[in-house]
Amino acid sequence: MHKIITKKEIAPAVKLFEIKAPLVAKKARAGQFVILRIDENGERIPLTIANFDAQRGSITIIFHEVGKTTKQLGGLNEGDNIADIVGPLGNAMVSKKYGTVVCIGGGVGIAPIYLKIKAFKRAGNEVISIIGARTKELLILEEGIRKTSDELYIATDDGSKGHHGFVTDVLQELIDTKKNIDLVLAVGPVVMMRAVGNVTKRHGIKTVVSLNPIMIDGTGMCGACRVTIDGKSRFACVDGPEFDAHLVDFEELMNRQRIYLDEEDVALQKFEDHKCH
Amino acid sequence: MSLRLSMPELGLKKRRHSFDEVALGYSAEQAIAEAKRCLQCASIKSRNIKAECVRGCPTETDIPRFVKYVSEGDFDSAIEVIKERNALPAICGRVCPYENQCEKLCILSKKGEALAIGGLERFVADHERKKNIKVSKKAETSGKIVAVIGSGPAGLTTAADLAKLGHDVTIYEALHEVGGVLMYGIPEFRLPKEIVQAEVEYVKRLGVSIQTNVVIGRSIGVEGLLEKFDAVFIGTGAGLPRFLNIPGENLNGVYSSNEFLIRTNLMKAYKFPEYDTPIKIGKKVAVIGAGNVAIDSARVALRLGGEDVCIIYRRSEKEMPARAEEIKRAKEEGIQFKLLTNPVRIIGDEGGWVKQIECVRMKLGDSDKSGRRMPIPIEDSEFTLDVDTVIIAIGQSPNPLISKVTNGLKTTRGGAIKIDENGRTSLEGVFAGGDITPGTATVIEAMSAGKRAARAIHEYISR
Ligand SMILES: Cc1cc2nc3c(=O)[nH]c(=O)nc-3n(C[C@H](O)[C@H](O)[C@H](O)COP(=O)(O)OP(=O)(O)OC[C@H]3O[C@@H](n4cnc5c(N)ncnc54)[C@H](O)[C@@H]3O)c2cc1C
Ligand code: FES
Repeated sequence: MHKIITKKEIAPAVKLFEIKAPLVAKKARAGQFVILRIDENGERIPLTIANFDAQRGSITIIFHEVGKTTKQLGGLNEGDNIADIVGPLGNAMVSKKYGTVVCIGGGVGIAPIYLKIKAFKRAGNEVISIIGARTKELLILEEGIRKTSDELYIATDDGSKGHHGFVTDVLQELIDTKKNIDLVLAVGPVVMMRAVGNVTKRHGIKTVVSLNPIMIDGTGMCGACRVTIDGKSRFACVDGPEFDAHLVDFEELMNRQRIYLDEEDVALQKFEDHKCH
Repeated sequence: MSLRLSMPELGLKKRRHSFDEVALGYSAEQAIAEAKRCLQCASIKSRNIKAECVRGCPTETDIPRFVKYVSEGDFDSAIEVIKERNALPAICGRVCPYENQCEKLCILSKKGEALAIGGLERFVADHERKKNIKVSKKAETSGKIVAVIGSGPAGLTTAADLAKLGHDVTIYEALHEVGGVLMYGIPEFRLPKEIVQAEVEYVKRLGVSIQTNVVIGRSIGVEGLLEKFDAVFIGTGAGLPRFLNIPGENLNGVYSSNEFLIRTNLMKAYKFPEYDTPIKIGKKVAVIGAGNVAIDSARVALRLGGEDVCIIYRRSEKEMPARAEEIKRAKEEGIQFKLLTNPVRIIGDEGGWVKQIECVRMKLGDSDKSGRRMPIPIEDSEFTLDVDTVIIAIGQSPNPLISKVTNGLKTTRGGAIKIDENGRTSLEGVFAGGDITPGTATVIEAMSAGKRAARAIHEYISR
């Protein structure tokens, strides 16, 4: 059992939980994730570790309420318990010194990026951050990221803040005006990560993305999370989730994320009906 | 001719859409009648000679003695005899390949049918469970502490034996549920989960503490455990699913058997949406492979609503590694067998879903190292089958997580952890057993490896 110690709504339908998980907090690194199951009937879902505090014995997760499980999770309150949390899982790259690093976060992908930015800064990198969302209310963690980064750029789809358009437009401009970018890291929707990869490939800039396929165990047992990297099948939970963007088969990933769309609707419908009665 | 009493089974019609257990077990009268067929051959010869059946049992359970008690209606004494050697009899009585072990060597089989040793073991274990499991005597507390990684049959047995010897044991399990393959792999209709949990309860009552949701190698390392514990046992099983490495394997609708069974058994997807985890099953299902895992997957697919479910296997019926009894039941239930057939490619539609599977026909050539005849493709014999779900069940490899991150832990080329005859690994104080080590592939072998390791660990920490 893992107690929720803090709950905040940081954007519409985006929640932040600080949860007791001492074993996870002790070992976690930026870029790793946990798998959680809310209760006996729950499914196992992966969520990136957005922050951790070994001393408090806690981890922070940030999630967008989209399906049945995240909505149910969002309905929990401080003091409530989550049945199972396992982690830290996944292989995260070491945040060493590269030089100039561009960190791009889209939507709730901004949350995992924040930890990375801090780690890259600590390792002595110049960090330029780009965060993007549909609209300005969904730009989470903006203040913290602004303070930590050397430069911060913002893009919104509706133009309500920053550049009116995509994060890739900003990235392209940066590449055109700035001599040297040593590494790009992008976390967010698959379409965004694919677009970032397409831009940097043209310029030969090393790019890392964090993939989010469907997972169950998170320990390499089921193969549900398999992704094709450079023509070879890999398990994102143990071989990733971070991979070289230029080698990822994004089409396949998008396809595989859609496997259970119908079932997700059924589960959500049942959950909402239940809530109304 | 001495023929065995056949065990009552769930009717075929009921089986089709139900996860209820298929084999129903003997009644007390039936068990006594069957036990009376035993010739008690060992006691006739001499006390020191083991009966044939005992030689066939990896845990060397004193079969004639327990069977004698059954024939006398003294089921309580019978279970005590079994438990001297086997902490999980209700499980073994259901899933052991007795036909290749104890029953294969039974003298009765020479003149008729072997004694139904598995059925009798199951009966006495079920009898005991109904009246509450008694906890065996324990030695005095030793003050030594042991960590066991993995809660499958190997880990549970090691933990139970060490606890009985007075040691303080903690099991670390990566999943949220205890029992390993017994929980996530073998389906409910063959091994009810309630029975597994009753046996786990027994291990807990021996004083073993179990921590779920801890992945050793991630949350804590083996080195970290060694700082705190006097010894460590690794029983992490063969959890890594193998794929065929043919085109189309990542299409939607293609499952590894592990994913398919984990969704159904561990996550209870067969009760979706009461349980949140979904599973998608088409009408035409192809299962690749012919071991227990393949047969289980096929029978699960049928119960989830698959209409045409077939097993595709590259060798012939004779080479199928699954238990004979389960192959028979699968056939009764309507699973088709496409033998001497090998998949070469999985074909998808525009949406990225499985549509067809292309196969080639095979013939058997010379025998290989394992003594089985090698399948060879027949030229120009390719053909396609229409399918909407494909389940790859060609085996699992040892779980690589721990060996990858533990310095000095030696493995074979196949990734299994190397051990000596007492279960010692290349690291001082670290032992291993079960499917994570070479050559083990059954519940009973995992248990007997656990017993051996427990003995060696006891010696090691009592020095
Ligand atoms: C579908 C199926 C059907 C089968 N049918 C039969 C049958 O009929 N008869 C038979 O005798 N055998 C059968 N087998 C084989 C049998 O189940 C195995 O041989 C046996 O379970 C092996 O036991 P084990 O304890 O070594 O490993 P497992 O049962 O695999 O248990 C290993 C446990 O370790 C955990 N673990 C792994 N890594 C870590 C880690 N790093 N940290 C913590 N925990 C970890 C796993 O989650 C798992 O719970 C079947 C197997 C399958 C998959
Ligand atoms: S989630 Fe099961 S193997 Fe990755």
